[in-house]
Amino acid sequence: MDVLTPRTLAEALRLKAEHREAWPIQGGTDVLVALNFDRGRPACLLNLNEVAELRGFTRQDGALRLGSGLTYAEVEHGLLRDVLPALAEASRTVGSPQIRNRGTIGGNLGTSSPAGDALPPLLVEGAEVECASVRGTRRVPLGEFVTGVKRNVLEPDELITAVWVTPSRAPQTFMKVGPRNAMVIAVVSLAVSAGDELRASFGSASPRPVLVTAPREEADSFPERVAAAAAPIDDVRGSERYRRHALRVLTERALKRVLV
Amino acid sequence: MRITLRINGEEHQADCWEGESLLFALREKLGFPGAKNACEQGECGSCSVLLDGTLVCACLVLAAQADGHEVTTVEGLAEGEQLHPVQQAFVDAGAVQCGFCTPGLVVATADLLSRNTSPSDDEIREALSGNLCRCTGYAKIFDAVRRAASA
Repeated sequence: MDVLTPRTLAEALRLKAEHREAWPIQGGTDVLVALNFDRGRPACLLNLNEVAELRGFTRQDGALRLGSGLTYAEVEHGLLRDVLPALAEASRTVGSPQIRNRGTIGGNLGTSSPAGDALPPLLVEGAEVECASVRGTRRVPLGEFVTGVKRNVLEPDELITAVWVTPSRAPQTFMKVGPRNAMVIAVVSLAVSAGDELRASFGSASPRPVLVTAPREEADSFPERVAAAAAPIDDVRGSERYRRHALRVLTERALKRVLV
Repeated sequence: MRITLRINGEEHQADCWEGESLLFALREKLGFPGAKNACEQGECGSCSVLLDGTLVCACLVLAAQADGHEVTTVEGLAEGEQLHPVQQAFVDAGAVQCGFCTPGLVVATADLLSRNTSPSDDEIREALSGNLCRCTGYAKIFDAVRRAASA
């Protein structure tokens, strides 16, 4: 196994082109679990910790460019709390302080787990994923980026460099069901916003992110619509039936918060 | 591969396997067994250390990622024979049962109090939510944190 540690984005992209099989590693909260439990032995790890261009976030013409190395802790505590409140709420529910200090938004997208907590709030806000390679940069709408359970459209020579969001400023919230308040993989999660229309997306209830929308005047039937759009499975964390029920209840509660 | 890092203010080097965690390097290569090895998946917090001043699970940091960086382990908190106020508070409050989770909790508490000198109970609960005590000695641990905060 090799560990490659680029110092610049250009170097990182060149290395990814040369080592297409390399696993990118940023916060390590998923990759180290795989390594520690022998669930994977990549020939090469691409350590992105030293690439300053991937850190933090910038504003451009009303849009936000969240670097893929932005940590949950930075979203939870920083300036983004006011402009992306649902993402901040979701970030606060991820793992523990230790995990939130290391885990990143880009890593959540790269892992493409149905339980990824950042995905529903980002989808509700119409986020796009910036994928870069030595060939160039493209932006993929989040709903098209994830293609299935832990699968996405990233090409072998590409890295996730950022997420673009234009904050809607709509009232929005995030909710999550789990056995306790910390260290929980979502049994189901939900992000809801109420701007010009109602928008919802959920986690752990479909193989890929789904956006559900409705006119504001159809708020009464919205919980049912959200539950019907889900395609949950029975697993160790919860049953299909429970997940659908929980989504219905959470949507009702979320609407009470955001329809003000 | 060889890594060079500062641990508790002193430079150290170790030869590591590329896929090795910082926790393994600290405990097995570098002679710092204070951070404990339990879940190896960031669930228990017993391996908590500070990486460049930030609280992390050492089991989820690649040793190679710590190359050129600064690590503070529980061994680095005391000043010689003088215990760190958090360590002293854990002793005084009797906040130790089997002791396995204690180093992680001490590091996490020291991190909390470095940012917030008078945390509320909710803030303590939140800050220590990633540290599990299998003896369920949380009441005394809370006492110790409050005691350290007022020390």
